Amino acid sequence: MWKFAIPLVLLVAIGVFFYRGLSLDPSDVPSALLGRPIPEFSLPSLTDPDRSVGSQDLKGKVVLLNAWGTWCIECRHEHAFLLQLARAGVPIYGFNLRDDRASALDWLATLGNPYVASAFDADATGALDWGITAAPETFLIGRDGKVLFKHISPMTAAVWQRDFVPILQRECASTDCPFLAAAGGL
Amino acid sequence: MTPRRQRMLLIGFALAGMAVAVTFMVRAFNENLLYFFSPSQVAAGEAPSRVFRLGGLVIEHSFKQEPGSLTVHFVLSDLVHEIPVTYTGVLPDLFREGQGIVARGALDASGTFVAEEVLAKHDEKYMPPEVADALAKARETVAE
Amino acid sequence: MIPELGQFALILAFCLALVQAVLPIAGAAVGKREWMALARPAAAGQFVFVAIAFGVLVYAFLSDDFSVLFVAQHSNTALPTFYKFAATWGGHEGSLLFWITVLAIWTVAVVAGSRSQPQEFSSRVLGVLGIVSAGIMAFALFASNPFTRLSPTPFNGADLNPLLQDPGMVIHPPSLYGGYVGMAVPFAFAVAALLTGRLDKNWARWTRPWTVLAWVWLTCGITLGSGWAYYELGWGGWWAWDPVENSSFMPWLMATALLHSLAVTERRGIFKSWTVLLAIAGFSLSLLGTFLTRSPVLVSVHAFASDPARGMFILGLLGFFSGGGLLLYALRASKLEAEGGFKLLSRETFLLANNILLVIAALVVLWGTLTPVFVDALAHKKVSVGTPWFDLYFLLPTLPLALFLGAGMHSTWKITAGAPLVQRLMWPAALAVAAGIAIPVMLFDKTSLLTIVAAAIGLWVCATALLEPVSRLVRRHAAPLTRAQLGMYLAHLGVGVFILGVTFVSAYTVEKDVALRPGDRAEIGGYEVLLRDVRPVTGPNYTAQEGEFELRRNGRLVTVMKSQQRLYPVQQTELTEAAIDTRIGRDVIIALSKDLGAGAWAVRIHVKPGIRFLWLGSLLMALGGLLAVTDRRYRQPVRASSVVEATAKPAATGT
Repeated sequence: MWKFAIPLVLLVAIGVFFYRGLSLDPSDVPSALLGRPIPEFSLPSLTDPDRSVGSQDLKGKVVLLNAWGTWCIECRHEHAFLLQLARAGVPIYGFNLRDDRASALDWLATLGNPYVASAFDADATGALDWGITAAPETFLIGRDGKVLFKHISPMTAAVWQRDFVPILQRECASTDCPFLAAAGGL
Repeated sequence: MTPRRQRMLLIGFALAGMAVAVTFMVRAFNENLLYFFSPSQVAAGEAPSRVFRLGGLVIEHSFKQEPGSLTVHFVLSDLVHEIPVTYTGVLPDLFREGQGIVARGALDASGTFVAEEVLAKHDEKYMPPEVADALAKARETVAE
Repeated sequence: MIPELGQFALILAFCLALVQAVLPIAGAAVGKREWMALARPAAAGQFVFVAIAFGVLVYAFLSDDFSVLFVAQHSNTALPTFYKFAATWGGHEGSLLFWITVLAIWTVAVVAGSRSQPQEFSSRVLGVLGIVSAGIMAFALFASNPFTRLSPTPFNGADLNPLLQDPGMVIHPPSLYGGYVGMAVPFAFAVAALLTGRLDKNWARWTRPWTVLAWVWLTCGITLGSGWAYYELGWGGWWAWDPVENSSFMPWLMATALLHSLAVTERRGIFKSWTVLLAIAGFSLSLLGTFLTRSPVLVSVHAFASDPARGMFILGLLGFFSGGGLLLYALRASKLEAEGGFKLLSRETFLLANNILLVIAALVVLWGTLTPVFVDALAHKKVSVGTPWFDLYFLLPTLPLALFLGAGMHSTWKITAGAPLVQRLMWPAALAVAAGIAIPVMLFDKTSLLTIVAAAIGLWVCATALLEPVSRLVRRHAAPLTRAQLGMYLAHLGVGVFILGVTFVSAYTVEKDVALRPGDRAEIGGYEVLLRDVRPVTGPNYTAQEGEFELRRNGRLVTVMKSQQRLYPVQQTELTEAAIDTRIGRDVIIALSKDLGAGAWAVRIHVKPGIRFLWLGSLLMALGGLLAVTDRRYRQPVRASSVVEATAKPAATGT
């Protein structure tokens, strides 16, 4: 009689094995840059080619760095939320990848510009240093110029609350983040 | 011998034969597993002498086409180590600099990877998972 | 506004699916007729709302509504209308809605075709189909909604992946999904039988045509996929043992075993456990296949880790259906009693061998497909399984299977006399061996033992399949074959033709990569290819360089071929459009690739003998299946108002 249960037992065994193996591995570091200083870079500014945007601008305060491009539909998806964050005072720097300058400027003019400044990386060489493999990606950078968190895929309120705000609350223990009051609840 | 006994015997023989076949199968399987290595692993001497897969980012401006010939040279990198690659043949459509690709081949005496096949099957905006993984691991090792 | 209507329709359909899932089965368990009677209207209503939801998504594509995120991700104003329609299933969320739509269509078909079945049974069948519908709809509504809006609305979309902008790719997913989803029907029949506690010859007779129909769709879908890869990718490859390809092949193997097992159950009332387990396995593998092809969840462990909610839902669904089915089997299988026995040399033995060998073949493919996943998950090493391993170890069970096939077709139920069988098969065997040696040697310069063996086996299957139909044709007073029998012989002929195709393509394909300047020639496989020149051309959503080639044999011009290297500006993708010259005996492929500088172009040339036989064989298989399904006895309504088993009319040896 019990021989009929053999297929089920086999399936459960496989299932357990599968599940164990596929469970999130906590030691899996999503970005090798976590906790490390940001890469040094200096690229022309998107809005003003004579000026440059680089690692200098990102140090000394808590900022976000957001990789985007006009070819990236997902970036459009998160754009509205980025504008909300910017309006709440969060300093966001843009990393414009593999784009056409005119289209990128047009995008910002039409949809709104959440960025303090955007680096223009036409051939994505700068992106390589950051380990940016696709867009959108958003980095949270601390006062000391170290990468605190990296998020791949669109920024949403849920992601902000779940991943970014807790880290910000720890990092901004001193009064270094004037935006936390306004943005912490988004 | 009853028909049932006959059948059981036949099944027994079949199972024995299968056990033998499975043993050979598993052995051949292991020999046919293509392992994947990153440039850092190759630089550390971990790559085998036989055919394996090498993956990484094609470094911008490293691509050289021998004019009029099918032979190309480029450099694969995981942002920490670089391996020069040579390939003679038609490149896949999605191949371009700055993208992650996987190549199958072997190292020659000079440390150049001679590719038999270049794979770039993925959506050009994203990276083969193996390559992204290798990039992350390479950074980790350097940081240590 | 309209996309929200679509979402609302889907929610309504979900509610109706829940009704369809719960009440009829509960009603059958407690004997409430009113609840059981809800199955049909609930299913019909579900179909209506699913059709509305799907229609809304299609409308969103055709009207360039880029405020819908899915449309923006997969369409563009410059995309030809035909492809805008097909883009509906060009991405995960849309294809899931498409899956749901196809299931709704199968469900109403079952509603229409099950009128002659007792209500306690048909209500359970529809109930199980309702559970499947509800499960997938829940996944769509909570984790993969195709109607999500995008704000602010972009002016234009990201365009459909150029690889998908091909007619073959447009019919391949619907056909494949027809098969995948169709496997839910025998699954539902099997579960319903377990719930009813009774599985008899009548049950097999009801289940068989649905299984064959789903199998036909699956056969077509896989064949189209192979053909598409061949045409569109331009690399002359028709099967790469890719995890995605494998995941469509495994359900096919199970479906093939199932339809043969059902033949035995219908005729002799045995192999009941086999049939139930094959039905459960077939559907489980089919679900696995759907998700493997639509999301990289299981293929890449890291993709799973980055979207755990979706991944868990999928695994949960898989576990629920296969685990639920097997649990039910564990509880109820003791009621499945064999109604007869059989001797060693009999049709049943051949079909048992068929079942066993097909399962082994499927296990080989499963092993090769899942091992990289496990190695990655446990050892964090990336591996892939080489094609040679698959090729060899898949042949191990299938070549003997083909041998048995030839003999099995001519065996009789319960007991077969050995001597007459051998005498009958002697000539086909001799012919097969002789031709198997002669053809490779005469048509080509070289040969190998494996090629001869495989060719001989292919010819053996063809000869044994033709034996009965031809002999009846010759003996004018012999009884005509029924459609079912004719379908069987045709399908098996298809297997033989397929084996021949694979043998010759694998053994005698020639490939060459060359650098050609206009005016240069290349020699390959007995042909000469001359590049005339390369000119720029423009298409609806691409620009291209077009190369014109002359194909010559022995100096005489065979044909002129044109191949393009295209650039799709929106996605910034380059794509080769290969030129393929088709004759029954061979294909010649010329693919223009990149500009090599110094006036030279990279060109890839293939000569592939026998490749058409491969697909012709698959087509014959599908046609055979269709023929068998339209047999008169399936169209005869059976009065089964009582639950007593009706005796099936004894048919002549053959099915």
